[in-house]
Amino acid sequence: MKTATFKIWRGDAKGGEFHDYTTEISEGMVVLDAVNHIQATQANDLACRWNCKAGKCGSCSAEVNGMPKLMCMTRMSELPLDRPITVEPMKAFPVLRDLITDVSWNFRVKKKIKKFKPRPPDAPDGTWRMQQEDIDRVQEFRKCIECFLCQDVCHVLRDHQMHEQFIGPRFLIHVAALEMHPLDTENRIDELRNTQGIGYCNITKCCTKVCPESIEITDNGIIPLKERVVDEFYDPFGWIWRTLKRLSDKGLK
Amino acid sequence: MPDYETFERDVLVIGAGGAGLRAAIEASAAGVSVGLVCKSLLGKAHTVMAEGGIAAALANVDERDNWKVHFSDTMRGGQYVNNWRMAELHAREAPDRVRELEAWGAVFDRTKDGRILQRNFGGHKYARLAHVGDRTGLEMIRTLQDHGIHQGIDVYMEHTILSLLKDGDRVVGAFGYERERGRFKIFRAKAIVLATGGIGRAYKITSNSWEYTGDGHSLAYDAGAELIDMEFVQFHPTGMVWPPSVSGILVTEGVRGDGGILTNKEGRRFMFDDIPASYKAQTADNEEEGWRYCQGDKNARRPPELLTRDHVSRCIVREIKEGRGSPHGGVFLDISWIKQKLPNSAEYIKRKLPSMYHQFKQLADIDITEQAMEVGPTTHYIMGGVRVDPDTQMSRLPGLFAAGECAAGINGANRLGGNSLSDLLVFGKRAGEFAAKFAKENSLGEVDNDKIETTAREALAAFERAGNENPYQVQHDLQEIMQHSVGIVRNENEMKPVLDRLKEFRDRANGVRVIGNREFNPGWHTALDLKNLLTVSEAIACAALERKESRGAQFREDYPNKDEALGKVNTIVSKAADGSMQVRLEPIQEMPDNLKQVIEENR
Repeated sequence: MKTATFKIWRGDAKGGEFHDYTTEISEGMVVLDAVNHIQATQANDLACRWNCKAGKCGSCSAEVNGMPKLMCMTRMSELPLDRPITVEPMKAFPVLRDLITDVSWNFRVKKKIKKFKPRPPDAPDGTWRMQQEDIDRVQEFRKCIECFLCQDVCHVLRDHQMHEQFIGPRFLIHVAALEMHPLDTENRIDELRNTQGIGYCNITKCCTKVCPESIEITDNGIIPLKERVVDEFYDPFGWIWRTLKRLSDKGLK
Repeated sequence: MPDYETFERDVLVIGAGGAGLRAAIEASAAGVSVGLVCKSLLGKAHTVMAEGGIAAALANVDERDNWKVHFSDTMRGGQYVNNWRMAELHAREAPDRVRELEAWGAVFDRTKDGRILQRNFGGHKYARLAHVGDRTGLEMIRTLQDHGIHQGIDVYMEHTILSLLKDGDRVVGAFGYERERGRFKIFRAKAIVLATGGIGRAYKITSNSWEYTGDGHSLAYDAGAELIDMEFVQFHPTGMVWPPSVSGILVTEGVRGDGGILTNKEGRRFMFDDIPASYKAQTADNEEEGWRYCQGDKNARRPPELLTRDHVSRCIVREIKEGRGSPHGGVFLDISWIKQKLPNSAEYIKRKLPSMYHQFKQLADIDITEQAMEVGPTTHYIMGGVRVDPDTQMSRLPGLFAAGECAAGINGANRLGGNSLSDLLVFGKRAGEFAAKFAKENSLGEVDNDKIETTAREALAAFERAGNENPYQVQHDLQEIMQHSVGIVRNENEMKPVLDRLKEFRDRANGVRVIGNREFNPGWHTALDLKNLLTVSEAIACAALERKESRGAQFREDYPNKDEALGKVNTIVSKAADGSMQVRLEPIQEMPDNLKQVIEENR
């Protein structure tokens, strides 16, 4: 049976280093299998998160040979075994222990985004009508499993640590899913520009590249949102039209 | 006593999957303060893995559907040992719970006229499952999570509860630890809702993650609540079998709902070979009719691949045992064959089953639009759980509620696919509602400091031991035994010795040694989970021995037939005064005439 050598980062907020482990590799194995096997047989206290083991929950995010990946969806057969495989925690968030980072910032950011606010129901029984082609895009965004790999790879968060000024690709996609939801009536454009920092994104598309759900984060989500921000704030004719419309809507009520 | 951090909430919900989140939302909407404890990060619970859909008689696709048909299907699937009142409430209320999700932002697939689309599933007479491709669970948990976080619920992520705290008979709190630093915490609450999910980690081949160690079952049992129907463990017929590292991962029943067929190595559709009498009238007797059903022909009957999960699993086991299995010890599940019927079949499959396509492509190098999958049964769900009042979801202990998989009653001897997500919503809501009501009518109780001290001492003992037992090894060996001896096919000779072996396992669990410190130490967590796994394993074995018949998910080689008398009882497991596990049979309450008539009309 083939073997592989792993260099797994062990440590905490104070610091740490790579430790070497060797384990056997069987057919079809993924990196998470190897890490779990090392944990069960050689390092019971090796900290890592995982749940579904099928790319559906987004728990086991880490950097494998320097690339942000879900460990459960990274096949050993994709990796060169002639040199050690490095596994380390995500870089955009503070390390707690070994492969575990403190991702609580993401949960705080989400809480600040205005919630879904539907229009009144379309039918007397309290239901709505939507056509499939009108929700395809929103469904694409809602495939997000919140693995935060896109946040990890985004240079605004990873290199510049601008967590206070920028919500990151995950939450731009969350806003996009709400803004493009056919039933939603809320407006989130003002915050996008002012407090959520959409302007910091310079569309390098790194987030799209690492998304395990293949969501076209930049092209389908962030760019259309940027266009809405531009329309709202920098288009004088649009601004006059909307102001007049708002006034006349109020007058009608 | 050390000064543990203490939190006080009106209602404490333990578990943040579909049922826990729905309960927390409801309780919070009723105006009480709510705490929500979960073992993982928020939004990662096993609900996220549910693929097929939410069963609810919306009648959007087939106007003949209504709560009565859904109720009858659920009772037939559960072989009539279900709690009929829960089955009734579930069928009546599921449609409203689904519509509510839409109002909270869920985006279901649509019918041509813009309503929520519904799909076919095993044991459901009409197309009934509201869905989003094959990632319905993700949609549901995210919708509940995103709605819940704006309600002022306090979420304690990566916390594990070790024991419930009582004041007399009443449950008034919980004691546990947070994983990050390993510190103990006390939660005082006027009412507690258990929503901890299942027990899948008691078995070797399972679709469940590390979390599903029967925590709620075991906490409730230890505190004095009753468990019922523990013998009924659902082995989902289609888990992945190859490569070995992915064995057990779920393959949605939606594959079969959308036209997938099961074949053996001879290419035979073996599901036509054995159709139970109770399903003969509503099952297709030829392949052509089955395909027409999957394409929405209302005059066609459903293909035998869509018989109930217990039956399909047993047929698969039979094929494998008799040497007609696939190369890696499963059978074939083939959706690619529909290219004979549909010109654009590859696109159709990718649209209907995107995550299955992705899962097989990435993990098994199989293109399901071109090749058959290899599948076999995997431990998926337990029908048994905490015995609760059907209307309020309260256990026999005042202040202790349970909902979702860790509660029992609705599913009887076998759960229909799609009935879990709807169960989580319907009874999650009810548990939250009645827990809030209970909290309003009661004040905080006194927590039991001795219990806290004992629990803390036991939890830390593993750090100080001289022994060298590895917690992962103990768990692994337990899974082997349960898989082998209390699995799909059971008999007394195999199961009796398990009870003795479990005693040895208790000794081993008490000798486990943990290395490292308390900070995010998975070895320690695994050691602590063993106690719960052993409790539920014993309960399953005891109940399975007691039910001397084959019914639903319980198949006894030594009693291969149904026993009419046992069809009128539930098994009840409880803790005796001396600490031993007691099992007894108790008659099921007589069904009222109006429900009997509903079942008669839908024969």
